[in-house]
Amino acid sequence: MKPRLELHIPEPACRPGDSVDFSAIRIPPAGGLARPAVDAPASELRDYAYSLIRVLDDEHRAVGDWNPRLTPDRLRSGLRHMLLTRVYDERMVRQQRIGKTSFYIKSTGEEAVAVAQSYALAPDDMLFPSYRQQGLLIARDWSLVDMMCQIFSNTKDRIKGRQLPVMYSVPEVGFFSVSGNLGTQFPQAVGWAMASAYSGDHRIAAGWVGDGTTAEADFHYALTFAAVYRAPVILNVVNNQWAISTFQGMAGGEQTTFAARAVGYGLPAIRVDGNDFLAVYAATQWAAERARHNHGATVIELYTYRAAPHSTSDDPSAYRPENEWKLWPLGDPIERLKQHLIRLGEWSEDQHAALGKELEDQVKQALREAESHGTLSTPPDSPETMFEDVFKQMPPHLQRQLEEFRSLERED
Amino acid sequence: MSSMNMIQALNSAMDVMLGRDDNVVVFGEDVGYFGGVFRATANLQKKYGRTRVFDTPIAEGGIIGTAVGMGAYGLRPVTEIQFADYIYPAFDQLVSEAARLRYRSGGDYWAPLTVRAPCGGGIFGGQTHSQSPESIFTHVCGIKTVMPSNPYDAKGLLIAAIEDDDPVVFFEPKRIYNGPFDGHHDKPLTPWSQHAASEVPEGYYAIPLGKAAVVRAGKEATIVTYGTMVHVCLAAVEASGIDAEVIDLRTLIPLDIDTIVESVKRTGRCAIVHEATRTSGFGAELSSLVQEHCFWHLEAPIERVAGWDTPYPHAFEWEYFPGPARVAQALKNLMEPV
Repeated sequence: MKPRLELHIPEPACRPGDSVDFSAIRIPPAGGLARPAVDAPASELRDYAYSLIRVLDDEHRAVGDWNPRLTPDRLRSGLRHMLLTRVYDERMVRQQRIGKTSFYIKSTGEEAVAVAQSYALAPDDMLFPSYRQQGLLIARDWSLVDMMCQIFSNTKDRIKGRQLPVMYSVPEVGFFSVSGNLGTQFPQAVGWAMASAYSGDHRIAAGWVGDGTTAEADFHYALTFAAVYRAPVILNVVNNQWAISTFQGMAGGEQTTFAARAVGYGLPAIRVDGNDFLAVYAATQWAAERARHNHGATVIELYTYRAAPHSTSDDPSAYRPENEWKLWPLGDPIERLKQHLIRLGEWSEDQHAALGKELEDQVKQALREAESHGTLSTPPDSPETMFEDVFKQMPPHLQRQLEEFRSLERED
Repeated sequence: MSSMNMIQALNSAMDVMLGRDDNVVVFGEDVGYFGGVFRATANLQKKYGRTRVFDTPIAEGGIIGTAVGMGAYGLRPVTEIQFADYIYPAFDQLVSEAARLRYRSGGDYWAPLTVRAPCGGGIFGGQTHSQSPESIFTHVCGIKTVMPSNPYDAKGLLIAAIEDDDPVVFFEPKRIYNGPFDGHHDKPLTPWSQHAASEVPEGYYAIPLGKAAVVRAGKEATIVTYGTMVHVCLAAVEASGIDAEVIDLRTLIPLDIDTIVESVKRTGRCAIVHEATRTSGFGAELSSLVQEHCFWHLEAPIERVAGWDTPYPHAFEWEYFPGPARVAQALKNLMEPV
């Protein structure tokens, strides 16, 4: 008798009310992997797609070949930028809750991804982020006031109130305009890198997508083009386990890793503990060096956990246990770097508390300034700018619509 | 001056721009070594090198996605989609990204890319080698849509498109690559060499986007059309004995509304002709604009001649293709409204 076929629908290990079960996640020990030469062929690197590069061990020591040996100053700076990202996120969510903006997206738990990766890249390398890498801007010391003005769609919003909050665009620090359409930035990053190579430039590009977005066609396009043209690009997959309510198994992660996808394209892929500042830095530095020396693209899977709700429009208690984040086996990136610095004798709980206070004040002060330029509840006074920048020059049909709009206003 | 067909004129435009601007790169499926399935990029790789004119994987979304990134870097990509029928996998990158980049970034970034796509029917191309998807793009804010009807315009408009800092979708009616097809499929095709518009300057010139051409002056009616249908309409006018003015739009967005309105106000009658399917086709927009701007001058209802609202059939090519007889009927209707 033939067996009846059964359709498999992936389901996460635990749902609301269940006790958290991360037993299926295998965490290799820190320091266990060798750091290969940056010109190693992809065919020799396959194991890295299935393992996990970790530098900080359970005792908060930096161990192994991948230890990037950053100075204490650099580590403290990284800690500061990660904490600033978290403080900023908390504060902006509150702005949404009290109606000063419509929407916000936090990056809680993923601060090491953006900050350490930014550190490992050159300041003029080009970033093609998703909406959850605000830490890139913060690590590049971009103005919090400017970021907040975008969140508020106010008179100083450089993108003139046209975009949903968090869809920043900051060419001054090589931060590409964030799009709401998932994954589109991935082939764009590859194209930018191709252009840099075409031009004989020295700059490389880096793109970011989430685990869920790897299912989009653009992911496939990006990896194909990156491989074919050996584009100097780093293609990052931030696997934070969740795409809104959908666990990473629904994106195809149940039987394999996202890094492993790259193997089939002939690209090197490395998988890294995304909550380990040092490991993220080291992996990114390796990939950057590889790209910069014409050895082509690297895919990095950053293994982490989305601690916050997907957005201010989301309630994760409807689909996952509330305490999952607390039990995430790779912990909290800020706490781990903090403990590492304390262990080195380069930091203390008192200093950390003082830093937290200082950053709270910094964010509050920026907020006061940003609010002085208005919030969504006191919007910019020139809606006529909505007709600009559709094209470089306003074509006749838009000029007519602008005139029509002006005549409507006069009737008020 | 040289006598060129459309393919040679397009090739010449890319040659000129590759020569003038190091930021111009040309790529697409079979575009490089082979020179394109329609030969539009023949010899360009040999002349300018593999990094400037190159083949791509078969991935329209990847072609346009990488082109957007190249544009953000500062290059001026000229991409080819082998058939307009296969532009849809790139739709997200065109609509969500290229078209909106300047707007959504407040002018920080833009996508100065040109997307060449052979379009149109009349070649027994069946469902996926005959489509005219221009109205899908004219509906997208931030994209310019161009369709030339002869070699001279093809070169001048393509150069203007490449130089333009906005994304341009450049549709090339493949039926008229070799000669001005007038819809009389039972007669041999006249080559471009016998047509005045095949006299094309070898060097640089540009035809501004957004300017229509009156290809036949007339007093009794106005035909608004573009692409292959320009020649079909000219043939239909000659056969009908009606002194109709024929306007070749050349650029759909931005639209040269002034030329249309001036003509219709003078003639009092308007027919709109395109190969694309009728419902929600660009003709609907044109008809609506003519009605808004010329209502008090119209002496007959606006006529629309278009492809039927069906996928493009293979065996019934000439029952589907809006030929001169249908255009002539529309002219007759205009003159004798029922």
